[in-house]
Amino acid sequence: MIQVLRTVKYEADRVRGFGREIMSVPGCEQLASCIQCGTCSGTCPLSVYMAHSPRQIMALVRADFKDEVLQSNSIWLCASCYACTVECPREIRVTDIMYALKLRAIREGAYPKRFPIPILAKEFSRMVRRKGRITETLLVMRLFMKANWRAVLGAWRQGLGLIRTGRFVILHERIKRRAELEKMLSSVENGGARPASKEVP
Amino acid sequence: MKYAYFPGCSLKGLGRAYEESLLPVMERLGVELVELDDWNCCGATAYMSIDEKQACVLAARNLALAEKTGPHDLITPCSACYLVLNKMKHYLKDSPEMRTVVQRALDGAGLAYGGNTPVRHPLDILVNDVGLDVIKEKVVRPLTGLKVAPYYGCQVVRPYATFDDAWNPTTMDRLLATLGAEVVPYPLKTKCCGASLTGTLPKVGLRLTYILLREAARRGADVIATICPLCQFNLDAYHDQVERRWGPVPVPTVYITQLMGLAFGLPAEQLGLNRNFVRMKPLPAAPAPAQSK
Repeated sequence: MIQVLRTVKYEADRVRGFGREIMSVPGCEQLASCIQCGTCSGTCPLSVYMAHSPRQIMALVRADFKDEVLQSNSIWLCASCYACTVECPREIRVTDIMYALKLRAIREGAYPKRFPIPILAKEFSRMVRRKGRITETLLVMRLFMKANWRAVLGAWRQGLGLIRTGRFVILHERIKRRAELEKMLSSVENGGARPASKEVP
Repeated sequence: MKYAYFPGCSLKGLGRAYEESLLPVMERLGVELVELDDWNCCGATAYMSIDEKQACVLAARNLALAEKTGPHDLITPCSACYLVLNKMKHYLKDSPEMRTVVQRALDGAGLAYGGNTPVRHPLDILVNDVGLDVIKEKVVRPLTGLKVAPYYGCQVVRPYATFDDAWNPTTMDRLLATLGAEVVPYPLKTKCCGASLTGTLPKVGLRLTYILLREAARRGADVIATICPLCQFNLDAYHDQVERRWGPVPVPTVYITQLMGLAFGLPAEQLGLNRNFVRMKPLPAAPAPAQSK
C-alpha cells in the first residue's frame, strides 16, 4: 500500500490566533522577529530525530498551524539544553517556546496515550504537589506503571544496581509545611495559557 | 565564608554522592553551608510544561526562604536547580504581573520575595570566592597522572552563563589543574547528555550519552568529572546499556567534588565513590607522605 502524504498546507488548516497566544506567554514574545535563519536547528543536538526542525516549528507556530505543531514529536524531543536560545541572533527563547507548546499539548491532551514524556511531566508535578519534593526512584516507578509496565523488566539491572549502591530511595522525601505549599500552588491554579477554544479574541 | 544551601531533590536521592563529597570538601575549605529550612523542589524542567505560574511559585518560595535566612548567597549544586532558580529570578524581574501573582501566593505563609539573593553554583564559589590558591594549599594528594575529561553539561552554562562561557567554560579545567590532574581536551564539554530522554526515549537519549563516553575514551581519559547529578546518572547508570549497544567505552564518571576530596586526602568511602556503577580505579599509591599541609 502506497502511503499518501500531503506536503502543502491549506489556509483552512490554520487555527487563527494560536501564534499570537503562544507569543503572549512570558518569554516567548521575541518569536515575532524570527528571520528563519535555521541557527536553532543547526545547533540542536536532537533536531536529527525531529519530524519538524526547530526552525520549522517556529514558522509553523507563527503561521497558526496549531495541530501540526502540537502533534509533532519535536516539542517532546527538546531536552532543554538551551543551545538554540543562546545562539539565536534574534534572541528568541526557543527553549521557552518549546515549554509553552508542551504545556498547551498537555492541557489539550494532544499526545499519544501512553507517550512517556508528557506522562513524566504530569507525574512529576503531581509528586511535587503532594510531597513538596521529588523522590526520583519512586517517580520512575510511577512513570513505568502509567506508560509502559513492561519497561520495568528491562530496567531490573539498573534497579538492582541502584539498590547495591544505596541510591534506590523507597521512602518519600517530603517537606514539613506541605499544606502551606499546597495553598500557594492552588492560589495560582490554571493561571497560565488557557485552551484556545475558550479564548476570546 | 557562609552560604545558604539549596541541595535539591537529586542530592538526597540518585545524586547523593554529590552531597556526600560537597559537604566535607567545603568544610575543609572553611566554607559554611546552611541548608534552607523546609526547601521544596525547584520545579526542574518538567513543571514548566504543566503550569508556569505554579512553577514560578515553587522557585519563589525557595528564594524567599533564602532571603529569610539571611543576607547570604544561595549555593545550588544541581544544574537544573541552578538554572530554574536563576530563570525564575529573571522572569519575576521582567514581569511585574507575575511578580504580583507570586507575592500574593507567598503572603499567606508570611514570606516575601525581594529578588536580592544571588543564586550561585559551587564551581563559581570555589574559583571566584574561595580561590584556586587557597584550594591548592589544601591539596595533600595531588592527582598527578590522572587524566580527567571535564564535562560541564548544559544548564550550568546556558542560558545564564554568569561565571563562565556558554560553549567553552574553563573553571572546572582550572580547578582540575590545581588539583594536579592532567586535563584532557574535551570539546564535548557542554554537549547534552540526553537528559531524561535516556529513560523516556532510550533510542535517542542513550546515543547522546554514548557520544560523550566514546569521545572521553578516545581521548584517553581515565575519568570524566561532572557537576550535574543528571549527567552523572546518565553517564554512569546507563553505562552498561550503552556498552551493550555500541561496545566498550571504559570511562567512569564522578563528581568534581569527589576528585577534590581525594586530592584533599579524604578517604574514598567517605566521598560516595562506592555509589558508582562504574568504579573509578584507586589512585596510585601516594608518592611520598610529604604532607606540606
